[in-house]
Amino acid sequence: MIAETGHYALILALAVAIVQTVLPLLGARLRDPQLAAVAAPAAQMQFVLVTIAFIALTIAYVTSDFSVENVWRNSHSAKPLLYKISGVWGNHEGSMVLWVLILALFGASVAAFGANLPRQLKANVLAVQGSIAAAFLLFIITTSNPFARLSPAPFDGEGLNPVLQDPALAFHPPFLYAGYVGFSMAFSFAVAALIDGRIDAAWARWVRPWTLAAWMCLTLGIAMGSWWAYYELGWGGFWFWDPVENASFMPWLAGTALLHSALVMEKRDALKVWTILLAIITFSLSLMGTFLVRSGVLTSVHAFAVDPARGIFILAIMGVFIGGALALFAWRAPLLGQGGLFAPISREGALVLNNLLLTTACAAVFVGTLYPLALEALTGDKISVGAPFFNLTFGPLIVPLLIAVPFGPLLAWKRGDLVAAAQRLMAAAAVAIGVAILLLAFQRRGPWLAPIGIGLGLWLILGALSEIAYRVRRSGAGSAEVWRRLRNLPRAAYGSALAHAGLGLTVIGIVATTAWRSETIVALKPGDTAEIAGYELTFKGVAPNQGPNYRERIGIFAVARDGRAVTALLPSKREFTVEKSATTEAGIHASWRGDLYAVLGDPLDDGAYSVRLYFNPLVRLIWLGALVMFAGGAVSLSDRRLRVGAPMRGRTKGAPAAASK
Amino acid sequence: MTERNPFFAFALGLWLLVLAAVPAGAVQPDEILADPSLEARARAISAGLRCLVCQNQSIDDSDAPLARDLRLLVRERLQEGDSDDEVVDFIVARYGEFVLLKPRFSWTTALLWFATPAVLVAALVLIWLAYRRRRAGSTGLAPLSASEKRRLNRLLDEG
Repeated sequence: MIAETGHYALILALAVAIVQTVLPLLGARLRDPQLAAVAAPAAQMQFVLVTIAFIALTIAYVTSDFSVENVWRNSHSAKPLLYKISGVWGNHEGSMVLWVLILALFGASVAAFGANLPRQLKANVLAVQGSIAAAFLLFIITTSNPFARLSPAPFDGEGLNPVLQDPALAFHPPFLYAGYVGFSMAFSFAVAALIDGRIDAAWARWVRPWTLAAWMCLTLGIAMGSWWAYYELGWGGFWFWDPVENASFMPWLAGTALLHSALVMEKRDALKVWTILLAIITFSLSLMGTFLVRSGVLTSVHAFAVDPARGIFILAIMGVFIGGALALFAWRAPLLGQGGLFAPISREGALVLNNLLLTTACAAVFVGTLYPLALEALTGDKISVGAPFFNLTFGPLIVPLLIAVPFGPLLAWKRGDLVAAAQRLMAAAAVAIGVAILLLAFQRRGPWLAPIGIGLGLWLILGALSEIAYRVRRSGAGSAEVWRRLRNLPRAAYGSALAHAGLGLTVIGIVATTAWRSETIVALKPGDTAEIAGYELTFKGVAPNQGPNYRERIGIFAVARDGRAVTALLPSKREFTVEKSATTEAGIHASWRGDLYAVLGDPLDDGAYSVRLYFNPLVRLIWLGALVMFAGGAVSLSDRRLRVGAPMRGRTKGAPAAASK
Repeated sequence: MTERNPFFAFALGLWLLVLAAVPAGAVQPDEILADPSLEARARAISAGLRCLVCQNQSIDDSDAPLARDLRLLVRERLQEGDSDDEVVDFIVARYGEFVLLKPRFSWTTALLWFATPAVLVAALVLIWLAYRRRRAGSTGLAPLSASEKRRLNRLLDEG
């Protein structure tokens, strides 16, 4: 009964989504405010209905209702509650319901908080949003029904893929989807502006918070995925350049560019046409990410759905939305007109450079990800495009971008002074270069590029600090004045400084762990000792253990440093009884220097175990940096100007238009 | 969709098989060569060779049995006295270009390698054109004529 309620709610949601698409568009076209006003309640209704469907599916999972095929296939009664819940989106059908739920949530938020949006814009935005929902609901209902029943109901389920039974991966998809789907807001606003043939700075003020929120979620989602890969896949790597990872990285790159170009549009009314195009591209890449993962075009660690019919459906959705939006863009964009002028050396110029490098880097990832697929489809030749390709193409684009980042915020709008900006960054540059030279001098092993990479990371962090310092100390303010300015500095300034510093932390983490990681692969018998990075690990033996839905062998290692006991590492190998597959749980000891990382391998013939030990210097900075970037976004989002300013301005601008109707 | 799709079941089974091979990567203790310089070369070569049954993972990182066979093969060739290039050629001759994580430059991969620089150059040209048009547009405005100036002054006086 609950499953049927969920199914029915989905079908109702589809009907509501169609209403939400058609009536407001007509209303906006016929200048009928009552038709246009249908959009908001429809969006809220749709959210309620999809929520009912999602809750129904969750109840089926939590109560282990194996008469629902989806539950039977992806759950098991012995699974811990957290993974029963995360099992809802740990499969194709359920993850699509989550996708639509987040889409509906964003739509309902516009309806709820968009009281001050110009009426026409709001109607068009919600209509576009509704059309995306309609397409995906139709997809779910016709090809991927999560509520299909089985009769007779099986006694127990088949279980969830063990590698997915992990806290980080339980929350990875919701954040990733919130990012993907959040960019649909930028897309809907862009298409709405194109339909209207009108766009102004208030538009950018409206789009920016949504894009920022989506970007934050995507940042966290990608970081979680990489963190999971690091400790779960058992070799200490954090990024594979795997197509599925790239699928989430491309919208991130384009979204980052969009955040920056929307800034130019908001403050200076320039780059309008480009920002609209970028909004379309960003969401198109999100759709493509969904397509790549959901269609089974790639089979990789993440792709757990293989069904060509679905692939063709999503491809059609992509074709309609991307093709339609681009056609609309080609037709209407010339109406939008040029914006404010600026010199090449200016804040705008720096942001154009940011966009140039980010979108080209995105193109590099795009080509590297899709080229092998296209080549195989066209000629049948199979090639691989792996890390060496991306290092060669993506790397050279990102390094100049990182060098340029600290300059941007220090340049004035319209016409900036590069020399003055350089002077303000002198201290940051001196420290960064000094540290790089010291590292180069004392480095015993590793590539000569590594110290430069560390210097680059420091440059980003110190550059962000320099910007804040310059803003509060300029024209020789006293300490009371500095304090006052520190408090009065807009939160957005702290937000961008934090985000840029977070990027620096991530760069340092990536460079340090890639260049200076150490590794030992040994066969150890109980009582043997291995040494790595100044730690001595004594293998005490292997103990069996019974988990809720797995059996494991835990390797016990006593870790000492300079003869003193530090900790014990307990890497294990888990065998999941239901799913009949195994996972590796690394034993990790974190310190400020880096992670000591131990993996228990297979038993060898003579009673020894093969053991892999790694020391990954500063590796946690990678994810700490992502967290700091997220925090930067949150601080920026809490800026009153972003929250309150836009609606207020929208109201004063919208008022005469509303009165004239 | 209560009927279980046999293709799906097959794919899932195949998939679980692959997954079972994924955890705990890489080189086993018994594979390591006694000569450290030879072993270092073997590791460097392995990092550029794809584990054929994995997803963009190198044989150096993979625990799949096939990856182990390839690692042993690389080490065997090195001990026979092959140069690094000869080892890679040997592997490519048997497993095809697919095994290389960094595709070789050829007419089928030219587009792959040139695409990114081409995008960069095209974007630079577009930015330059837009900038020039913009600047031409801004200086191209005709100055106010004498009658327009008079009218402007009159309007300003009235305001």
